[in-house]
Amino acid sequence: MIRLVLVGTSHHHAPIELREQVALDRDAAKALAARLAEGGREAACLSTCNRTELYVAADDAEQAERDAVAALASLEPDVEPALYRLHDRAAALHLFRVAAGLDSLVPGEGEILGQVRVAHELGAIGPVLDRVFRQALHAGRKVRAETAIGQSPASVSAAAAALAEQVFGSLAGRSILLLGAGKVSEQAARNLRSRGAEISLVANSKTERERIHERLATVDVVIASTNAPGLVLEAATVVEGLRGRKGRRLVLVDLAVPRDLDPAIGELDGCYLYDIDDLEQIVVETLSLRRREAERAEAIVAAEAEKFHEWHASLDVVPAIASLRARAEEIREAELQKAEALLGRLDESQRRAVDAVTAQIVNKLLHLPTVRMKQAAVAADGVLYAETVRHLFGLDEDER
Amino acid sequence: MAELLFWPALLLYGEAAVGYFGEVRRPGRAGRAATWGVRLGWLAQTALLAAQAARDDGFPWGTWASSLSLFVWLVVSAYLIWGCRRPYRLLGLVVMPLAVALLVIARAGGGTGSASASHYSNLFLVVHVGLVLAAFAGFTLAAALSGLYVWQERRLKTSPATILRRQVPALATLDELALRTVAWSVPLLTLGVAVGLVRLVARGDRLDALIAATAVTWLVWCAYLGLRLLGGWAGRRAAYLALAGFVLVVVVRLALPATHFA
Repeated sequence: MIRLVLVGTSHHHAPIELREQVALDRDAAKALAARLAEGGREAACLSTCNRTELYVAADDAEQAERDAVAALASLEPDVEPALYRLHDRAAALHLFRVAAGLDSLVPGEGEILGQVRVAHELGAIGPVLDRVFRQALHAGRKVRAETAIGQSPASVSAAAAALAEQVFGSLAGRSILLLGAGKVSEQAARNLRSRGAEISLVANSKTERERIHERLATVDVVIASTNAPGLVLEAATVVEGLRGRKGRRLVLVDLAVPRDLDPAIGELDGCYLYDIDDLEQIVVETLSLRRREAERAEAIVAAEAEKFHEWHASLDVVPAIASLRARAEEIREAELQKAEALLGRLDESQRRAVDAVTAQIVNKLLHLPTVRMKQAAVAADGVLYAETVRHLFGLDEDER
Repeated sequence: MAELLFWPALLLYGEAAVGYFGEVRRPGRAGRAATWGVRLGWLAQTALLAAQAARDDGFPWGTWASSLSLFVWLVVSAYLIWGCRRPYRLLGLVVMPLAVALLVIARAGGGTGSASASHYSNLFLVVHVGLVLAAFAGFTLAAALSGLYVWQERRLKTSPATILRRQVPALATLDELALRTVAWSVPLLTLGVAVGLVRLVARGDRLDALIAATAVTWLVWCAYLGLRLLGGWAGRRAAYLALAGFVLVVVVRLALPATHFA
């Protein structure tokens, strides 16, 4: 039987200094998978900033594990104590949890699903790895569709974008005014831009900031993160700017400490003001929501892992079932051949009817043994059943 | 026989109302069950109205109580356009308890049974009563959207940390939908009232309190449209005006109809 082996390390087991030594870019991951797959095995490499994992499907699980450990140790010898090694059902369950974002630093983060897809595409894939990766991607998508684990923002910049969406709906075509250009405000702007908003002005200098009220009439989102010691935008300035807006809403995000935006702005009609504390509270709330949703996600992932286990276990008995059916078909055809003298008198439609009836008898006879063997395979008796069937029907003798 | 259909409609609307309360506590299953309650209840009420129409061979909603039943059906119909979408489920929290209460009142007033023959022509009743009720159903929905707007805006201003716990449409969407609903409803009311006035003049009848209140309601909703389209009104101010307009709809529908239908 082909066994599934996983060897890898992640942020749970190894610090960044170790992880960066074994992190692989796409080409290196593809090359390593190809090397591990030599000798008729299957292999795939999942490498992200949080994990490097090697998945190998092989007849000899121990040898596959040794080779995978050696491959990672060749990149960084110190990584060996930080490696985990999982087989078959446990390995599949781990991959499903990874794809669902349940093993991620931020539960439910969506990027990992794409990274699992890339590992699948770049791997030296055969039937077992193809099945386990496809099912992992399915599990990941299902978790995101049926739970709220990935719906809410997990960073300050995403929280700002989510709040803007609560006000405007779609952000396509909305214009952003950046007051100051710190790293956090850049991230927030990038997040808004990824949702269709456009940066209309970056007001970095004092002169530019003095003319802000002119711009307030046209922009939809203001993101402030200057190093100014006092307020950069007073409520009175915003009131002046609002005159030209004709009731359009304005979202203001203050990422600076000390604050850039006058807190009184939040009380103005049509203005929605959020400071760094508001955004951080959303992130905290989000993470606790994601953890609650993770319980539901675990149940989905476990069910998917069980399905994979059933399929994988059935591989034990599939050759015996195939031989049994081939033997039965051989007997049926031989008996029909013997009866050719009688059948020759029948017309074409009658011959087809006889053919169909005999095929149906064979199928009905073999249906229950086939089902029972697959069930036994899941219950770990598959090999025994397969041997018994081979012995009872003389399948091995035929093959010899 | 037709009256028996009242009970499944009431029970399903009631289930939906309870379901929407459950949706507030824990979003998900309760909301889905409520939505199905609305759909099936609406089908049951549609069957009830169809059975009434078939039995009475005409327009059987000419009385105050029966027109209330038709009004409930129109409100739920309008709600169904959006209510099945998840973000709009919370609208059901306003619409469905209202539907249940009004349906019970309609039943108590004999509005779900057989109607006595009206001295008005079917065509007049269909145009006048039908259009006015359809407009009021639209105003009710616009008020529900505005109520949701005020509630959501308050949350956005005062407790942003928990804002993402519930799926609610964006403020801009709620505002736009309320405007669109009113923009459809005002012409319907205008036409319905005009037909009624023509009839009133032709018969030489006198104005009553309900006609006067309906005229004020029409003025308020016209002002809403004018201020929004020409005066640049939007957001909270417009939402409060819609809620004020809805108070007039309630007065017209519930407080004053006795004289008009007599």
